[in-house]
Amino acid sequence: MVYFEQKMAADIAGLVQQAGPLIRGAMGPHLLELLPSYASVMVVFNPFSCDHFQAKHLLQQTLSSLSASSQQAGRRIELPVYYSEQSGPDLALIAKTKQLSVAEVIQLHQQQVYRVYAIGFAPGFAYLGEVAEQLAMPRLQSPRARVPRGAVAIADRQTAVYPAVSPGGWNLIGLCPTPMFQPHKQPSMPVAVGDEVQFVAISKAEFLALGGQMGDEL
Amino acid sequence: MSHFAVLNPGVLSLIQDAGRFGQSQLGLTNGGPLDAGSANWANALLGNSSNASFIECSIGGLQLQAHCNTSFCVTGAGLTLTVNGKAKAMWQSHKVQSGDIIELGMASQGLRAYVAVAGGFNITPQFGSSATVMREGIGGLNQNGAKLQAGDKLPLTVAATLPTRQLPAAMQPNFDFSKGLSLRLVEGYQHQLFSIVERQRFYLNTYTVTPKADRMGVKLSGPAISCSSTSLLSEGICYGAVQIPPDGQPIVLLNDRQTLGGYPKIGSVLSLDCWLLAQAPAGTKLQFVKTDPQQAHNALLLAQARYQRQLASIKNPGGVPDEHN
Repeated sequence: MVYFEQKMAADIAGLVQQAGPLIRGAMGPHLLELLPSYASVMVVFNPFSCDHFQAKHLLQQTLSSLSASSQQAGRRIELPVYYSEQSGPDLALIAKTKQLSVAEVIQLHQQQVYRVYAIGFAPGFAYLGEVAEQLAMPRLQSPRARVPRGAVAIADRQTAVYPAVSPGGWNLIGLCPTPMFQPHKQPSMPVAVGDEVQFVAISKAEFLALGGQMGDEL
Repeated sequence: MSHFAVLNPGVLSLIQDAGRFGQSQLGLTNGGPLDAGSANWANALLGNSSNASFIECSIGGLQLQAHCNTSFCVTGAGLTLTVNGKAKAMWQSHKVQSGDIIELGMASQGLRAYVAVAGGFNITPQFGSSATVMREGIGGLNQNGAKLQAGDKLPLTVAATLPTRQLPAAMQPNFDFSKGLSLRLVEGYQHQLFSIVERQRFYLNTYTVTPKADRMGVKLSGPAISCSSTSLLSEGICYGAVQIPPDGQPIVLLNDRQTLGGYPKIGSVLSLDCWLLAQAPAGTKLQFVKTDPQQAHNALLLAQARYQRQLASIKNPGGVPDEHN
């Protein structure tokens, strides 16, 4: 496990992003799995071709040249969201808790440019940060048994789009018609770690025209 | 078409291969056999590569019908294996003819049995692997993560009857857990989040396998372990990682674990011991034994050398092991 400073921050994420291809190059055929997250990269090597002394040496040698200055910008991806109390059952609760209007909650959520910090938990689940401080809501006391596909959600200072129906404890604020994980397509995901994401509000009619489905909600 | 038909899938039967690697950046987990040791032997006794597709049958009850003349082999959990009602040995390849019915009884020792065929099942891979991960809806016969069902037709890569090969009883793994199980553990960086007292508690006490055990992981019960830190940034979770959630009861994470998680982890169980844990029924008593990366690596290399030696002696019965193989 390669650790960087343990915080959610764009400069740390930049280091994680740079480290990936360097590690891939250095480990070569020894590498079995490379898993970047907020401030760490998990490196799984083949124990029959390499040992942990060699792996540690290769990683240290490769990563010593890493610097925060040479940060690459990822792609900018726009994701449409149908924000409403019908499609986002927790909008009203967030507004009430944070003493904002529903319109202000929506405005604050879509004005921010987010970064894809990590992908995991489930296929295609992208952790996006950081949500404006005024919107930071803790996870629900008891998770929902069923969160619809495409649900746009907030937990603390993170936001995400649920790629498939699943249980979930995040606060739901809207629905996104863009499929986040399509196993039979190439590429299977619209975003990758390091990309920037901006949410754009759309109407119910636009949501349906983009292939979104209502009837799937709670 | 050469195939095996599923007459009854039993409790839970899944198509697997060695696993899905290098796709974790999409959130895809590894899958693959819970007891890779037994699965490897099922393939090896038929001369297959360890990545050939086979069936993992949990608990038992699988019934198959051969629709060609070929060879098959069953390894793993101890159960009654029959062909057309006649008892057959596990850990041995057998010839079957078109129309023969293969039945697996219920497991009496261990939990997971492995059914391999000569050449492997011919399953279209998804993200580089046929491994079925139900939670993700990925892999398996129809590339949708579905478990096997009655009526499924499992195509074979080839139909080939092979000379009988057997793994001698002395070389078969032991799934009698009545005397308990010990799991070798390499501490991870996060072990520092646990005080010395908590770590001693973890190593000195006996934990019990609970019924909350599946392909994702095995929840244990025993003296609760507390951790100084509660909010950690989510990070990659490796095979065998021992997670300590807020209730203090350890979870050993296995093949279908989620790729990222934020619960503190005290260390990771050696893969060889994870294979045994996956065969251990609820109620099994176990202890964690601290090891270091060098010893763990040595254990792995020794196990691999032993496997190669056994394989060579089976290919060359009574003769000198083929050093070039």
